[in-house]
Amino acid sequence: MDYLLIQVLNGVQLGLLMFLLAAGLTLTFGIMDLVNLAHGSLYMMGAYFAWTLIGWTDSFVLGTLLALPACFLLGVIVEVTVARRLYARDHLEQVLATFGLILFFNELVRAVWGPDGKSIAVPAFLNRTVNILPGVPYPAYRFALIAVGLVVAVVLAWLVARTRLGMLIRAGASNRRMIAALGVNIELLFSLVFGLGAVFAGLAGLMAAPIASVKIGMGDDILIVAFVIIVIGGIGSIKGAFVAAMVVGQIDIVGRAFLPDFLKTFMGAASASAAAPAISQVLIYLVMAAVLVWRPTGLFGQRS
Amino acid sequence: MPAPWRTPRGIITVLLLLLLAVLPLLTQAFDQRYLLSVGTRIVIWSIAAVSLNMILGYGGLVSFGHAAFLGIGGYAVGILSAEGYESGWMQWPVAIVVAVAWATLIGALSLRTRGVYFIMITLAFAQLVYYLSSGLAAYGGDDGLNISRSRFPGLIELRDKAAFYWLCFALLCATLWFCSRLVHSRFGHVLRGARSNELRMMALGFPVFRYRLAAFAIAGGFAALAGILLANDGAYISPAMMSWVKSGDLIVIVVLGGIGALFGPLYGTIAFFAVEEFLPPLLDLLHRGWGEYWQIVFGPLLVIIALYARGGIDSLLGRRHA
Amino acid sequence: MPEPLLQAQALVKRFGGLIATDNVALDVMPREIHALIGPNGAGKTTLVGQLTGNLRPDFGTIRFAGRDVTRLPIDARVRLGLARSFQITSVLRDFTALDNVALAVQAHDGHSFRFLADVRRDRGLRDRAQEGLEAVGLGRRGETLASALSHGEQRQLEIAMALAGEPKLLLLDEPMAGMGVEESQRMVELLRGLKQRCGMLLIEHDMDAVFALADRITVLVYGRAIASGSPDEIRNNAAVRQAYLGGEAP
Repeated sequence: MDYLLIQVLNGVQLGLLMFLLAAGLTLTFGIMDLVNLAHGSLYMMGAYFAWTLIGWTDSFVLGTLLALPACFLLGVIVEVTVARRLYARDHLEQVLATFGLILFFNELVRAVWGPDGKSIAVPAFLNRTVNILPGVPYPAYRFALIAVGLVVAVVLAWLVARTRLGMLIRAGASNRRMIAALGVNIELLFSLVFGLGAVFAGLAGLMAAPIASVKIGMGDDILIVAFVIIVIGGIGSIKGAFVAAMVVGQIDIVGRAFLPDFLKTFMGAASASAAAPAISQVLIYLVMAAVLVWRPTGLFGQRS
Repeated sequence: MPAPWRTPRGIITVLLLLLLAVLPLLTQAFDQRYLLSVGTRIVIWSIAAVSLNMILGYGGLVSFGHAAFLGIGGYAVGILSAEGYESGWMQWPVAIVVAVAWATLIGALSLRTRGVYFIMITLAFAQLVYYLSSGLAAYGGDDGLNISRSRFPGLIELRDKAAFYWLCFALLCATLWFCSRLVHSRFGHVLRGARSNELRMMALGFPVFRYRLAAFAIAGGFAALAGILLANDGAYISPAMMSWVKSGDLIVIVVLGGIGALFGPLYGTIAFFAVEEFLPPLLDLLHRGWGEYWQIVFGPLLVIIALYARGGIDSLLGRRHA
Repeated sequence: MPEPLLQAQALVKRFGGLIATDNVALDVMPREIHALIGPNGAGKTTLVGQLTGNLRPDFGTIRFAGRDVTRLPIDARVRLGLARSFQITSVLRDFTALDNVALAVQAHDGHSFRFLADVRRDRGLRDRAQEGLEAVGLGRRGETLASALSHGEQRQLEIAMALAGEPKLLLLDEPMAGMGVEESQRMVELLRGLKQRCGMLLIEHDMDAVFALADRITVLVYGRAIASGSPDEIRNNAAVRQAYLGGEAP
């Protein structure tokens, strides 16, 4: 029972991390209609920036806090140089260009930081456990991730629901031409949204780093899961991204935890351990397929 | 209308095909075995690219999971081989049927979606196959598996590099021929019409979904053929054959060569391999050591191509008639 | 009393709180030109969308050629003989005019799962397509790319494509849109000549064309059909005059 609780919490933690990544993606999709494959690169850069800054400042907190504006700046630079020119283009061109960006960033990281993976240590003050229930210890760092993730989710929900920027975002997600007609500075809005997405992605990357490690291409496979999440949730919907991320997080973690035992009942132990992670991934895609059969534009997506 | 072969594009294409046709003779004469192996891979990837061009170039369907069909073709042959079924006559049809069946299944689901959703769902299904194959511990898992080549007793020995090359080249020609017939057939016109204006085609009475599904399945079959050849080329299968990066490479190749141009995929494959071969030494000339990081140049190059050279190499070779 | 070609009854369509189609009944008889008019925002496009299959009505039924087509998808209705031309020209820009019509003919020529035969050499198809072009006056423009045709010619091509399948009912969505005086007159003549071949539901703003062509007129305002009858009846209907014709007879 305790084991289950811990896995569920791990699922929540992973879900929140995925939500951070997916939120930026669903915004750029929903508002700018941009297929941005390089979003995973922004995730990666967040982790690398943090690694460098933590090294310079010798402080986890300071390093991560400084990494965030760096991510924002990077996002804005990418938006102004490349993304901006892609909004009017069709998806194929966007796929091609952002694919090129992935190659660029991966190689850039290799050139600047070297081919070996880096690691960021869990900060000392979080390197302990907390008792979520009496007698049930849970890593404090993961707990902190959950806390940060929830705070960001709440802030984002507030931003989208109650601020002018949020209103523009929601309006833009359903009708881009209209907000332009309202006299809003579209270029600035898009740069802001893109930069914000980059911050969230970078935050997810650097938060994941102590658990998962920092390496070249770390964002690319995760990106696909992020895409699956926003497809399930509905493109342009933050709420959808949250719900879908939570679901996917649970499937991934709980699946990984309990599948081997389930599979062992009719498979050899070795095959079961090898097959389990693959099957839990497969489950995620099956869920996506099922959702799309039922609702081709996702759970909370706009129906055209 | 002038004979298509008398244009600059026509001449270049004919010369290219002739060169490819006699490549094993040339490489033997100049003792360039490595070149033959590169040539083989170029021919095989061209088949894959032509199959993607069918649905992407002519059909307008941006499938980001095409490499999965290569993987299915390769793994079907590899698994059968590992289990002792080494006859090519049995393996190859089975592999293609499996790929077509899978393409039909995921096509039926994916083609209900549009635009970005379609791109993502095809990518996701490819990932599904990728993870499935890396979970197959019995067949190498992540590390891949060495396999024996398909046997065609009495007909051809695939270990003979030249013979294998010519088989691949013949299959490329057959694929190109089929594609050329497809483009101007009734089926092809429906597909291209749907790319131009799907709603209009529906309003003419065409059940567009069915045609797209058929195209998707056919393209999957040809891609599986390429996968079969790939597996036999290196006598090796691994999940890397169907990573999403490979799917992305295929899209790059098709766009690079020229969307919806018959020989575009061939130009694109050659250009792609050429970049991989020649960009690093070129960069090394500029500054020692830079060659290793050639993708720092290649990446932005793709961005530029996407923005400014949409027509690909084919458009550089002159205007096409409809 | 012959059976109506198209019969829509009690159609209702809501978008959130807005009632776009408010209990509308409409029918078109064979060899009749039935015009549908109404101010902008009256819900004509929504109504047409339900008839073609682009939209599903929340309530009501649509019968065509003796069948209930309320839930039938777009392409299935077309194959039953319900053709349409589009308000915003919607020809296939990358194809020649002839290929456009040839595709339209092809759609009614059995299935198109033929992969090997070259469609450009299909005499039967091309001859029928050429006839279709000549019927709308585009006989000499067959080899021109559709995107290179003038606006008026594209509208004619639209009609040719809609006619290619020998439809029982032709749904014309503002065929006069964007046309000059001469082009409009040509279009009117063309449409008048088609009456024997198929019934027509004509959505139009051009009142001259409407009163020149229509056997019956239905007026749609705020989603409701406020009047339906012969041109004279409509011309003299006070409610219509007030709502639409501006209080003066044309």
